[in-house]
Amino acid sequence: MKNDERHQKAVEKLTELAGSVYDQIDDGKIPKMMIPLRTKTNIRFDPKTAVWKYGKAMGARSAKKLTGAQMLLRTMYMLEFIEDMIKEEKSSTLREMYYISEGWAKAKFSAQDESNMLAEDLEIITNCMREDFKLRPEEDGARVMGNITIQETDRKGKKKKINCRDDVGDSGYGIPYNVEKEKIQFIDCDADFVIAIETGGMFDRLVENKFDEDAHAVLVHLKGQPARSTRRFIKRVNEEMKLPVCTFTDGDPWSFRIHASLAYGAIKTAHLSEYLASPTAEFIGITASDILNYELPTDKLNDKDIQALNAEKTDPRFKDEFWKHEIDLMLEIGKKAEQQALAKYGLDYVTDTYLPEKLTEMGIIK
Amino acid sequence: MSSIAHELAKKQKEIAVSEFFEKNKQILGFDSLTRALITTVKEAVDNSLDACEDAGVLPDLLVQVEKIDNTEYRVTVEDNGPGIVKKQVPNVFARLLYGSRFHTRAQRRGQQGIGVSAVVMYGQLTTGKATKVKSKISDEDTAYQCELILDTRKNKPDMISEDRVIWERPHGTSFQVHVKGKYVTGKQSVFEYLKGVAIVNPHARITFIPPEGNTVVFERASEQVPPPTKEINPHPEGVELGELLSMAKYTESLKMTSFLNTEFSRISYRVAREICELAGVPPDQKPSQLTLEQAGAILESIKKVKIMAPETDCLSPIGETLIRKGLKNVLGSIKAEFYAPPVTREPRVFAGNPFIVEVGIVYGGQLNKEEPVQILRFANRVPLMYQQGACAITQSIEAVDWRRYGLEQRGGQGIPFGPAIILVHVASTKIPFTSESKEAVANVPEIREEIELALKACARRLKTHLNKAAKRSKTKVKFEIVQDIIPMIAEKSAKIVGKPVPKLSGTITKIMNVVWIDDDVQSEKNRQHVSVKIYNYTPKSQSFHLHMLVPYDKIDPKTLKEKPIEMRDGNKVTWDIKRLASTEIFELNFDLVGVSAEQYDENEIYVSGIDPASVIGVEVLPGDWDLEHLKITEEGPEEPAEGEEGEVDYDEGAEVINNEE
Repeated sequence: MKNDERHQKAVEKLTELAGSVYDQIDDGKIPKMMIPLRTKTNIRFDPKTAVWKYGKAMGARSAKKLTGAQMLLRTMYMLEFIEDMIKEEKSSTLREMYYISEGWAKAKFSAQDESNMLAEDLEIITNCMREDFKLRPEEDGARVMGNITIQETDRKGKKKKINCRDDVGDSGYGIPYNVEKEKIQFIDCDADFVIAIETGGMFDRLVENKFDEDAHAVLVHLKGQPARSTRRFIKRVNEEMKLPVCTFTDGDPWSFRIHASLAYGAIKTAHLSEYLASPTAEFIGITASDILNYELPTDKLNDKDIQALNAEKTDPRFKDEFWKHEIDLMLEIGKKAEQQALAKYGLDYVTDTYLPEKLTEMGIIK
Repeated sequence: MSSIAHELAKKQKEIAVSEFFEKNKQILGFDSLTRALITTVKEAVDNSLDACEDAGVLPDLLVQVEKIDNTEYRVTVEDNGPGIVKKQVPNVFARLLYGSRFHTRAQRRGQQGIGVSAVVMYGQLTTGKATKVKSKISDEDTAYQCELILDTRKNKPDMISEDRVIWERPHGTSFQVHVKGKYVTGKQSVFEYLKGVAIVNPHARITFIPPEGNTVVFERASEQVPPPTKEINPHPEGVELGELLSMAKYTESLKMTSFLNTEFSRISYRVAREICELAGVPPDQKPSQLTLEQAGAILESIKKVKIMAPETDCLSPIGETLIRKGLKNVLGSIKAEFYAPPVTREPRVFAGNPFIVEVGIVYGGQLNKEEPVQILRFANRVPLMYQQGACAITQSIEAVDWRRYGLEQRGGQGIPFGPAIILVHVASTKIPFTSESKEAVANVPEIREEIELALKACARRLKTHLNKAAKRSKTKVKFEIVQDIIPMIAEKSAKIVGKPVPKLSGTITKIMNVVWIDDDVQSEKNRQHVSVKIYNYTPKSQSFHLHMLVPYDKIDPKTLKEKPIEMRDGNKVTWDIKRLASTEIFELNFDLVGVSAEQYDENEIYVSGIDPASVIGVEVLPGDWDLEHLKITEEGPEEPAEGEEGEVDYDEGAEVINNEE
């Protein structure tokens, strides 16, 4: 894949970073890197972009301590590797990156998480995205079903026009890992909103029930916690095609976080919230209120669930009235429910009754 | 009425000593089968060691225990001592209380037992078999062999057979007896006993053939025969009324003054006269006519008159070098991490008897961490195996707060826990025991105090070592950063920016910020190569003094490039380290000639004139070269906290929220 100026920019920034470490040593100082802390106490809401970003609190990675020194060493090795990759016009997955580090002796990573986190650290420091470093993740993007036409430039450079209903099979269009303008352009769409669905089962239900046609919607299957490419895709559709977005997940604290990462920005990648979050996205359900109102079959909350809900009570992203109410209510009833539980009332209940009711209430369907 | 008295008189018999023995087996050490076996071995071994030392011979002992049937064992103890004259053999082995030196004041093992005759008696009573003795004196070609039993009524030996036989040994004694006993392994066993004997008698070689299993040989760790202990007269301070009267009755002196002068130590004629006058006893009086009241008066005056403390050169402590050697030798295969330099205290006096306390501590390595420490008690080079709880030695150990010295101890009292062996040896001309069985040292304040002081002094040395080790491991981490990682970071970053590799000294000294002293001794037969390397890993230049405890007359001048600025008595040598620049290394090397590896295997190094917190690898010199170790300064100030003010470490304390992209 050809290099663009963003790759050049990445090289510049990375060299700058190496240079700062070099200068510190040359000056006889103990080299260190200052990085914004990535904890929930250090995210703040940016009213301009309406997303959550990192605050001002910084942490130091200093060569004074063994862990700091090792991370600095790994950083240098990673910098060199990325620069070499860009020069040779190659790219690699995060997993390959981790395996390559096995050949770095003292600088090797102890686990893949470590190398993933370091890649994110670099994103934050250089203000680039890891795609600029030519690093891509394992996870695939989600599936899309709906009347939206996309032009995708394939790996050979050929431009293909794909309509996500007529030109695809029943599993829909697969979102590639790079959803930037050079890869994907939106040509046309005839829909009123985007509905992002957590589970594959529910996605297939909506497809089978032709919900995308009946409700004039673009269905996106998130595949659980959505990949960056999925979130970026949804954001672009939201902004460029001016389509409102709503999320439809299970009713449990983990699913609430799925909505949060889509709508507000994830804590781990708050530096990229601007690119990835769709701040106007709204949450359909399943809510704790839905569990009561629709008398859905439930499961008991286990200890981890309760812990997660309590953690969310101090998570600044869930601080509004709606979420406060829902989280407290769920703790009170001590129950959670899956979105597919709606099948209690029949396979068509979700598309015939539940979704139309809720979407009308939310003003998404007139 | 008188006929009744006569009748009764017929029934009253003189109780033979042996019958007394029978009724009081416990006092003499034969109360249990296992203990009986140990006592058998102990009496014979004590005799052999005493005899060898008297003759100035390095002891070579053979101890064999064979199982004859369920509870009967045959014990044989052979030595290479001077041998016993034929005439004396029956008296030594078959006559209780004969020559058991009750009146002598000397540091002897023998004073702690009723003697080997008791063993002969016990053997006879329990198995009915006679004892065999073989003995050869060096100027004879053949050995004298006999079988004898003890006549328990008459308290006299009965010879069953005697012979002259050929024996390869040039001289020595062999003693063989059948006893009822039980052979066990583990704690309080014959093997443990012999192990203890080997530790505190490093000059002895002991071969042990157990009833089952392999023969064990405790090789000697020293070729030095301990100097024979001198017998001294009793010191007036400790004498009791009955003893005074008995001594006065049997003395050959004709006057009180000469009696006091010759029978007691530290009483000159002048002092003797002073005592008599103060007591109101005529100095010319015949001692045999001393009355009870007069004796009492004499004792009172003794307390009032100024009398010199008893001489102490009659004692033979094991000594610091040999305690350590003995421990190392016997522990052998069990690798310990550290042998604290043992402590031998100065002699002190209790009740007119001089005594010396010695302590050794072994720590770490393969010793068991999860158990209470092992306590090895010794009195006059004899292991004490029973009544641990009642012993002053144990009580002293329990009274010390071992938590300060690196061991665990609930509430700072009681027997500490940890991977350690504590050895305590008390040597005296008369050791006070808690009871006749002589297994526990009596709780006498002077002795307790000395033991506790010795324990603390030795423990301090352990603590110094542990501190050193802890500091060293902390510094090791820094070393890894500085030696491996920083250079790699510098190289890579230089490569990326395309500039030359930067100098690392500034960064390294800021990270380490210590003066690191690394020392080593390489052994080569009779030549020890000593090397000391001083690394200045601080940003500034350093000046200080380096002190070493080394026999300077043994330094080979050809190998010593850096001349010391001072050499003082007691092997104290000082070097001046002048303006050692930042990142510079100072090397001090020299060889010691005519010194063996055992004599010098570790350097003792100190520094002075520098902040203790900035030195790793050696201790700061305490006070003024006083190596009593009693004045060692407390630990240096705490190392300054890592990290700058208020700076949060990015990688530590991060709360990662799972399940988020």
